[in-house]
Amino acid sequence: MAAATAIAALAPGQASRAGEVTYVEGPIRAFAIATVFWGVVGFLMGVVIATQLAAPLLNLDLEWTTFGRLRPLHTSAVIFAFGGNALFATSLYIVQRTCRARLFGGEDAGWFLFWGYQFFIVMAALGYVLGITQSKEYAEPEWFVDLWLTLVWVIYLVVYGGTIVKREEPHIFVANWFYLAFIITIAVLHIGNNISIPVSLFSSHSYSAPSGVQGAMIQWWYGHNAVAFYLTVPFLAMMYYFIPKQADRPIYSYRLSIVHFWTLIFIYIWAGPHHLHYTALPDWVQVLGMVFSVVLWMPSWGGMINGLMTLSGAWDKLRTDPALRFSVAAVGFYAMATFEGPVMSIRAVNGLSHYTDWTIGHVHSGALGWNGFITFGALYFLFPVLWRKKAIWSQKLIEWHFWLATLGIVFYITAMWVSGIMQGLMWRAYDELGFLQYSFVETVEAMHPYYVIRTLGGLLYLTGGLLMAYNLWKTVTSGEAAEPAPAAVPASAIASPAE
Amino acid sequence: MPTKIEKDSLTGRETTGHEWDGLKELNTPLPKWWLWTFYATIVWGIAWVIIYPSVPGWRGTSGWIAREAVVADVAQAQARTEPMLARLREATPAQIVADPEMRNFAIAGGRVAFGNNCAGCHGAGGQGAQGGFPSLADDDWIWGGTLEAIQQTIRHGIRSNESDEQRQSQMPRFGADGLLTAAQVGDVAEHVLALSNRATDQAAAGRGATIFAEQCASCHGEQGEGNRELGAPRLTDQVWLYGSTKRDIVAMINNPRAGVMPAWGQGRLDPATVNMLTVYVHSLGGGE
Repeated sequence: MAAATAIAALAPGQASRAGEVTYVEGPIRAFAIATVFWGVVGFLMGVVIATQLAAPLLNLDLEWTTFGRLRPLHTSAVIFAFGGNALFATSLYIVQRTCRARLFGGEDAGWFLFWGYQFFIVMAALGYVLGITQSKEYAEPEWFVDLWLTLVWVIYLVVYGGTIVKREEPHIFVANWFYLAFIITIAVLHIGNNISIPVSLFSSHSYSAPSGVQGAMIQWWYGHNAVAFYLTVPFLAMMYYFIPKQADRPIYSYRLSIVHFWTLIFIYIWAGPHHLHYTALPDWVQVLGMVFSVVLWMPSWGGMINGLMTLSGAWDKLRTDPALRFSVAAVGFYAMATFEGPVMSIRAVNGLSHYTDWTIGHVHSGALGWNGFITFGALYFLFPVLWRKKAIWSQKLIEWHFWLATLGIVFYITAMWVSGIMQGLMWRAYDELGFLQYSFVETVEAMHPYYVIRTLGGLLYLTGGLLMAYNLWKTVTSGEAAEPAPAAVPASAIASPAE
Repeated sequence: MPTKIEKDSLTGRETTGHEWDGLKELNTPLPKWWLWTFYATIVWGIAWVIIYPSVPGWRGTSGWIAREAVVADVAQAQARTEPMLARLREATPAQIVADPEMRNFAIAGGRVAFGNNCAGCHGAGGQGAQGGFPSLADDDWIWGGTLEAIQQTIRHGIRSNESDEQRQSQMPRFGADGLLTAAQVGDVAEHVLALSNRATDQAAAGRGATIFAEQCASCHGEQGEGNRELGAPRLTDQVWLYGSTKRDIVAMINNPRAGVMPAWGQGRLDPATVNMLTVYVHSLGGGE
């Protein structure tokens, strides 16, 4: 019924104003809750495996609880469950409002996406713990889970694209370009990297179609572009909506957004070979991968400039609005990680950094700082809007969350820098007689204190996540109700603290 | 569709005239420093693909090839050590120990080789580990602690089936195969405890002494002093490979455990490395 009235409101020739469109919100609320839930699960798994590295006894000598099986559980929980649900929630929220159109397919399509995606997550996670994996990093789920995700994803594209097609705005908002690039490219990557032949129709195992160095290249074409098109492009879309909303300022530069969007998506897709420096991959592919990675630096920073400069004239809000502080700090971490990345892709630097903890530190400054923080900022914005509340239950708890998480990241990445660079230097150290100075065991022993510090950092980050979950729960259950119509709530009313 | 270009009072910039859900965009030009840095990386990128191989068939003006660079690096590292390794390959461990220059080199190289090959079982300092990984830092040797004996063990391994000259020993499964009754096993265990003055039941130890003389002494010696020829450990000291309690000893007599060590000299390590390891292990504290 609601769908019928919405379509009627959008009939040609009829002037439709924002107030007349009833947006789909139920599935978005569910996605937002799932984001918080999987976030806490993912952070917890991270702490568990960090502890296992510091104290191997905690592998418990059971196949289901060894590091090898829990590690993909952690990476998939944070990337695909926490990050994925955040992307579904924000993209479906943003596309309706910036197109002034009800979601294509309505509530039903939204709920299918929600339950379809949760089913994918649970299937994948069960597989990891039971040892059902195709052993491709960030693409561990086996063929039958991949097929299911493909179906969900195609429907996501139809729902998202359909909403854009029936939009009531003449132009497509910048965030929607980024989300659309994400949905289309992830489909291509997912299918490309998962082409495999099942052992039989009733077997949970399969053989990868490409093998050897071709298989490795396709895997890292996928792997690096998971970073690009799952963890960068759509999170920039979040930035382009939530930072101007929270700061109540126009976006800094339309032209920059166009130029950095097209350069980013054109250049990012070629950067994968930098994961395979000094391997059997032909030299020319390695060189090209490195060149594209370095040229990627400015296109990445274009997003950073647009995020930070949007605050000109509103920097004072950082003092009073801890949720905005999350979003802006996220852009800072984004800038740092997208500078560090090109540096690490340079062959000589990679010779030192590859296979060490430096890589782990790099990916976590991106994941904890950029993806985590921009999502927290968005959640603190979305919850009051979606549940018709005046504001987040406690600004004080957001402050605590911010500082605990920031401290956690600092512990984490500094420990991994020291540990990783030390590890790389120890591996290559020769004594005066021409022997390697350190055995592998000695390097592992030297890294132990940093593993403990890393665990502590993760624990702080997890604690912050739990505070957020509690704060959002209280916002939903006992926050003060907002008075006027939800769709017309001005950003400033939500972003300003309840003092 | 209406576009309404406004002027932003804070920055003086105009907007693009579009609005989505209350969001607007300024028409700020690209930052100069951003654009020029971007151009600079592109120019650098073009130079790089000319200098280095970057498309199939183009080998770059520098002539750099990863595979050749690695070969050159490895050759350079080998050139540093090879003259000394050649001497170590020909020398006996005794000759190495007698020559300060060779000994010094062998201990440095042996330490690295030990860390990468042996430390996994024997510990980073050769201190051994519970459950059948003997300490190499004490003077309690199962197969002998002379340079020759150590070299033989490293080269051919223990129960490895990789070499015809491997160290081989097999203690019978006295309990599991019914060679002794449970009561007899208990008595012998009590006697074994008595060998290191730890028996609590003298009567049982006495009964066990007779069985020990019949069943065990042929390998472990009349007084439990052990026999290195057969790899039978000494039973009179405080060093126990598989545990020192009566329960551990009973378990060993019932169903003995036996460790395996690879034959490191059979296609695994260079003879020079085996010699360096020999000298290094000998220097750990228990060398004879």
